[in-house]
Amino acid sequence: MTIAFYIAAAVAVVATALVIINLNVVHALLCLVISFLAVAIVFYVLGAPFAAALEVIVYAGAIMVLFVFVLIMLNTGGAAIQQERHWLTPWIWVGPVGLAAILLGEFVYLLWRNPVAAASGALGEPRQVGALLFGPYLLAVELASMLLLAGLVGAYHLGRTDRQAADERGRM
Amino acid sequence: MSVVLMQHALFLAMVLFALGTIGVLMRRNLIVMLMSVEIMLNAAGLAFIAAGSRWGQADGQVMFILILALAAAEVAVGLALILRLYQRLGTLDADAADKMRG
Repeated sequence: MTIAFYIAAAVAVVATALVIINLNVVHALLCLVISFLAVAIVFYVLGAPFAAALEVIVYAGAIMVLFVFVLIMLNTGGAAIQQERHWLTPWIWVGPVGLAAILLGEFVYLLWRNPVAAASGALGEPRQVGALLFGPYLLAVELASMLLLAGLVGAYHLGRTDRQAADERGRM
Repeated sequence: MSVVLMQHALFLAMVLFALGTIGVLMRRNLIVMLMSVEIMLNAAGLAFIAAGSRWGQADGQVMFILILALAAAEVAVGLALILRLYQRLGTLDADAADKMRG
């Protein structure tokens, strides 16, 4: 178990370092996904399988998809095709794929070594977390929901194009 | 989990947080800066999980879930702001937006 922690920690640090030194945003994004997956394995080894699942689903899944959408919207045709041809040289994806392969090997090893812990978790089961969330932390959950609502409204307001805003101003 | 492992997990959280800070300070691409902020939030969550694991409490995971909600809201607003800035300035350079219109 302990060695899995150190390998995942090393992968996380290397992937994070690649994020901040990579000049290409899409490559940095790939490395960031690897970093989050490595941190998810660290969570699992620390005995928090629920947090590990949330890390994969929300961080490596949803938030990264948001980044990808924005990158798609920012992509300005023309030079993009030439750029993509330049992107797909092998040595660019070998690094992240190698790190991901290390994580996959570790994942298989952990599941194979103790399948029971994978099913239930050593401590901090989802049931316990849920009871805490809707017990003593109920106020914090409400605050988080208000924060998310504010984020939703803010993103919707900022996401309008100038043309729509001008139309609304004209109507007033 | 042994005590040593918790110290190592906190050290890992510290290293990740430092890397995120370096990313924010060093890079001028707005999207990479936002990603570095995500790294820092993730490192804070890792510290909570490590502490919760050390004392066998689920509170650490509760705090991690709250950090997750915070990160989601922050990314939504931040990316919308970046889109607006890109429409206005035509670049993702943070230094291009250093003038205030007062």
